[in-house]
Amino acid sequence: MNTALFYLACVIALSATGLALTRANAAHALIYLIVSLLAVAVLFFLMGAPFAAALEIVIYAGAIMVLFVFVIMMLNIGEEGVERERDWLRPRFWIVPGIMSTLLLVELLLALRDGAAFGAALTSGQAVAPKAVGLALFGPYVLAVEIASMLLLAGLVGAYHLGRRFLVRGGRH
Amino acid sequence: MAEPGLGTLGTIAFGIAIIAAAVGGAAVLTWFERRLLGIWQDRHGPNRLGPFGVLQVVADMLKLLTKHDWVPPFADRAVFVFAPTAIVVAMLLGFAVVPFGPDLYVLDLNIGLLFFLGMTSLAVYSVLLGGLASNNKYALLGGLRSAAQMVSYEVFMGLSLMGVVMLAGSFSLRDIVEAQRELWFCIPQFLGLLTFTVAGIAESHRLPFDLPEAEHELTAGFHTEYGGMKFAMFMLGEYLGLILISAMIVTLFFGGWLGPWLPPVVWFGLKVFALICFFILLRAAIPRPRYDQLMTLGWKVMLPLTLLNLMATGALALWWRA
Repeated sequence: MNTALFYLACVIALSATGLALTRANAAHALIYLIVSLLAVAVLFFLMGAPFAAALEIVIYAGAIMVLFVFVIMMLNIGEEGVERERDWLRPRFWIVPGIMSTLLLVELLLALRDGAAFGAALTSGQAVAPKAVGLALFGPYVLAVEIASMLLLAGLVGAYHLGRRFLVRGGRH
Repeated sequence: MAEPGLGTLGTIAFGIAIIAAAVGGAAVLTWFERRLLGIWQDRHGPNRLGPFGVLQVVADMLKLLTKHDWVPPFADRAVFVFAPTAIVVAMLLGFAVVPFGPDLYVLDLNIGLLFFLGMTSLAVYSVLLGGLASNNKYALLGGLRSAAQMVSYEVFMGLSLMGVVMLAGSFSLRDIVEAQRELWFCIPQFLGLLTFTVAGIAESHRLPFDLPEAEHELTAGFHTEYGGMKFAMFMLGEYLGLILISAMIVTLFFGGWLGPWLPPVVWFGLKVFALICFFILLRAAIPRPRYDQLMTLGWKVMLPLTLLNLMATGALALWWRA
């Protein structure tokens, strides 16, 4: 049962991502990207990581993608944007990156075939409770958490700085 | 996951019952809200059809059902039709983790609270995509506002609940209710209650935080182009959101189903009802802020308050246990 659900979610995630890449209309592409993120959340859940699944929905599907939609609405490109995007999607633009990523996919598949760990993780279905995730994060992995928080702080200060300059310039005129 | 309290068939039946009750409740709320607003504003409200005018609900429904289901030719058709369903589905899914009684629930996830937050954040897409697909300046502005409002208020909505999680030591809503046997969390977590209530109203974009619609400046905001059943779906989603937020506040801060004498589910219903009345009173009492005031309130008042609450709760919890 779980395996069937897993592969179903896999198919949805892969096809939604493919559709997200090939849509000329940015809004449609984003909807497919959201679907793909939701499918990945289901994958996390099935592999026994409900906490990661919830964060995938709350943060990626619920917050970051909203910002993407926000930008699309701000630009509001409409028909001419669709035309331009269609122009960019011609084969000569995507054929080389396509070949590269196909090679990467083959590598990934080979690694998956040899790595028994993946299959074991799927079938054993050891669920990890949120508390265990927290204990791991603030126990052995506390250094990674600190580095990530420093990175985020740098991003925050940078964003504040950029916004500040914009405000001052706007105020002078 | 824990075993369902009702067995598989019972859980399915209960889930269907919740959906029916929530949708029916939302329909009756449309009438109830207008009656209450009428009382508070010294007028009658809809009082003609049936006892106390309650059949007004049926009349409204018939009107919406028989309206021409029109999609504007300039709209992005597929997205336009899909948008209103997202909010209804997300809000109904949110009800799955709400415990109505010690054994009355659909799902007892160990990430129940995060599931609820995820569903409310997915409901935002309805407003966004509706505004974007309408291809109308007013709708676009409404959608833009809603995107900014939701992202800003979501930040401290999640953070304001972390104090409750710290005290209860679990994301599971049943555990959170059980942890309130001695003291409801509205007392140690009053700052959390305040910020979560404000964020909850903003998330379900009800007055006074209905800037995405703001009929006085944006005609009707994101649903300017919507009519008939698709408009009704937006309204349904909004009322479902109101019920869901009230149910969550009751679960997290007012002891959920806990209470003496009466059966648990009655206590739960009474508390939710009282909170819904409070939200309607807020709508009647508070004027709508300006948009920049709304954003300033979110980032400069509510977020620091939430962080303060989080720090104080964490420090006290550590001190208590040491």
